[in-house]
Amino acid sequence: MSPNARRLLSFLGILAVLIAMWEGYKWMGTATGGVWPGTGIGLPVRTNERSMPHTWDVVIALLRPARRGGEMLLLVLVRAALFTWRSALLGFVLGSAVGFGLGVLFVRSALAERGLMPHVVASQTVPILAIAPILVVWAGRLNVTRWLVVAVVSAYLAFFPVAINTLRGLRSPDATASELMRSYAATPNQVLWKLQVPAALPYLFPALKIAATASIIGAIVGELPASMPDGLGRAILNFAAAFSAAPEKLFASILVASMVGIGFVGVVVLAERILIPPSRRLEDLGEAAGQRGGRLKEVVA
Amino acid sequence: MSALSLRGVGKVFNPGSDQEVQAVHGVDLSVERGEFISVIGPSGCGKSTLLRLIGDLTPPSSGTVSVNGKTPARARLDRDYGMVFQSATLLEWRRVAANVELPLEIMGMDAAERSRQAAAMLGLVQLDRFANHYPWQLSGGMQQRVAIARALAFKPSILLMDEPFGALDEMTRERMQSELLRIRAETGTTVVFVTHSIPEAVFLSTRVVIMSPRPGTITEVVDIDLPEPRSDDTREDQRFFELLTDVREGLRAVEDS
Amino acid sequence: MTDRPEFLRKVYFRLPAIGIFVGGLIVWEGMVRAFDIKGFILPAPTAIAATFASETSDLLAAGAGTFSTALAGLLLGGFLAFFTALAAARWRFVRDGALPFAIAANSTPIVVLAPIANSWFGLRSPFGSIFVVAVLVFFPVMINLVRGLLSVEASGIELMESYAAGRRTTLWKLQLPNATPYLFSALKVAAALSLIGAIVKEFFGGSQERLGQYITTKAGLLQFEEAWAAIVLASLFGIALYNIVVLIERRVIPWHVSVRNA
Repeated sequence: MSPNARRLLSFLGILAVLIAMWEGYKWMGTATGGVWPGTGIGLPVRTNERSMPHTWDVVIALLRPARRGGEMLLLVLVRAALFTWRSALLGFVLGSAVGFGLGVLFVRSALAERGLMPHVVASQTVPILAIAPILVVWAGRLNVTRWLVVAVVSAYLAFFPVAINTLRGLRSPDATASELMRSYAATPNQVLWKLQVPAALPYLFPALKIAATASIIGAIVGELPASMPDGLGRAILNFAAAFSAAPEKLFASILVASMVGIGFVGVVVLAERILIPPSRRLEDLGEAAGQRGGRLKEVVA
Repeated sequence: MSALSLRGVGKVFNPGSDQEVQAVHGVDLSVERGEFISVIGPSGCGKSTLLRLIGDLTPPSSGTVSVNGKTPARARLDRDYGMVFQSATLLEWRRVAANVELPLEIMGMDAAERSRQAAAMLGLVQLDRFANHYPWQLSGGMQQRVAIARALAFKPSILLMDEPFGALDEMTRERMQSELLRIRAETGTTVVFVTHSIPEAVFLSTRVVIMSPRPGTITEVVDIDLPEPRSDDTREDQRFFELLTDVREGLRAVEDS
Repeated sequence: MTDRPEFLRKVYFRLPAIGIFVGGLIVWEGMVRAFDIKGFILPAPTAIAATFASETSDLLAAGAGTFSTALAGLLLGGFLAFFTALAAARWRFVRDGALPFAIAANSTPIVVLAPIANSWFGLRSPFGSIFVVAVLVFFPVMINLVRGLLSVEASGIELMESYAAGRRTTLWKLQLPNATPYLFSALKVAAALSLIGAIVKEFFGGSQERLGQYITTKAGLLQFEEAWAAIVLASLFGIALYNIVVLIERRVIPWHVSVRNA
């Protein structure tokens, strides 16, 4: 069996197990009236249609009209997703540029690293959702459109992984390589572009994958307080408000939100495939697990 | 009964595919107890594969390997092997003494006995003072001595060494060789030693096995009749240089064929 | 006794960061005063500090509630991730099958689970927050652990093999120690995530004595100094949790490159 076929089969297998667990739990709860079988102990999560809709109802909901007589829910959500993606894309580009710039700054100046790095790390502990409404107020004052604010929130989350990995990558060449450049009397700029940046590229892409995800999360979270009428964030809030009436719609919108994230990561993966030769790609979990795990299995079996 | 006996041993990697490689072919070898055998040959001649076949790290495609009259798998379960690789392969989270204790732990020895044994082994490789250091605090040569202490800790009857001194500088290397001979004299262990250094093979061994590549097979066995015990003076012995020439010519014959 | 030169060296090393921090505060304060910026746009640091002093008990109570929720979620998520990682390292089927879900979950804004958590566990129950934090923490920890368990050197495996060590022994003596540095780098990320996750979940509903609700309530009442004080406190708790993980890391893996160079 080819590795891809095996992976697909494993994926479907795990998917089936998860669906079976969901439906099984639901069935058990319905059968026993919400307690563990044979005991009076209540189940942690209620199993009625309101809390746990059938998995197939979620899929069916996507193909039904969002409102009576309106468009298909899937179409509504895809349109909202595209709107959110616009902010996320700008945030991604902004954040990656800032992150890359910080990485270069830090590798050039130890003083800048010592001065700013602790703040860069601390910045990620600030609950951005709490800042977002304030940014919206600022934007209103400065007459900036709201979706740009959302992009800034998105960039705030995206820049961090890029800064950290760029720095790590720029530092990755061996001491001997740096000494070689030194023996050529290369200027710092030449060392940067001929040695450090090429060495950093394999490190950059894993960070960009995280940044892609983070920018989507940032965009959705940013839309909540920005009261954007069009994005996924608003759609999720609306369906959350209407949860008791139609829970499957909320689950469906979460499904779509996650698809957007996966799609964006997919684009970055594609770019990596094109730009970085396989021998220089940093292992991701799948490949690492494939090789090493195979060896391990052979050894310990 | 010999310590090791190989009959028509062969190994094919990726059989049936377009990347099929005949790594080892038709190897016959018998090693007596207490012998020191060096396996030498150009890179890709299958000398490491041969060692791995003996150590049951990979199964042979043809022929039989017998270790102390048992299958390699049985011998491994009986802990007949101590192995030393080119890299020391110390576990970086364990201090030096704990690294030496690792095999003893796995074999279920009690703690007091373990630490006594580890201390004795560290004494043997003259690293008693470094028992509480972490591996990264030691030089390459010292790390390799810890690896040897670890391999000897459970008193295996056979020591399998795969270019253990390959990464060391010449001076450290010669010191390690003398030390290995001293340890072997004290323990009486049988050693199979893979190397690509001619002086190393001649200085250490009772017999030098020369292998040729494609397919990896034994082309010549040179008996080393240097006087015992060997010392740094041995390296300047007339007979030492003659034997160097013998081995070198054996290797050259391999290259020319 | 403090080693004086060592202590001074540390202070000197941190001087640029401290300088930028203090300088930033002064610029902030100066701008607020010079341009007479209103509190609802940006309160001055001194105003936030004053609020902090007057509202200490309310803030700390809310902070402690959120912090303990985040910690509980971190522990629960980490615990579940540990066992899933063991299974994924052991069976390729689990690994191959779970990977797409891990990628999907990592690409999903977990906060959207908040309304579901509210429905499942009730609006006021702490379990809703713990659940969201646990899900948030689960995937990065699991992925890093699997990577750590599988990234042992081939020679290390051969060594264990030469001792005829069984699978369990190899797991305990080789794979788990090898995975600890990976675990800690994931836990550091997870520590910051857990606090943010708890607060974001609280925005969607939860007890009044929690930071997320505190911030929304105060912002709704246009008491922005209070809201900012809570945001600062949330950050401080996040930094504290991160540093707790770092301290434990130094204790547990003194041998690792990342620690011995620090």
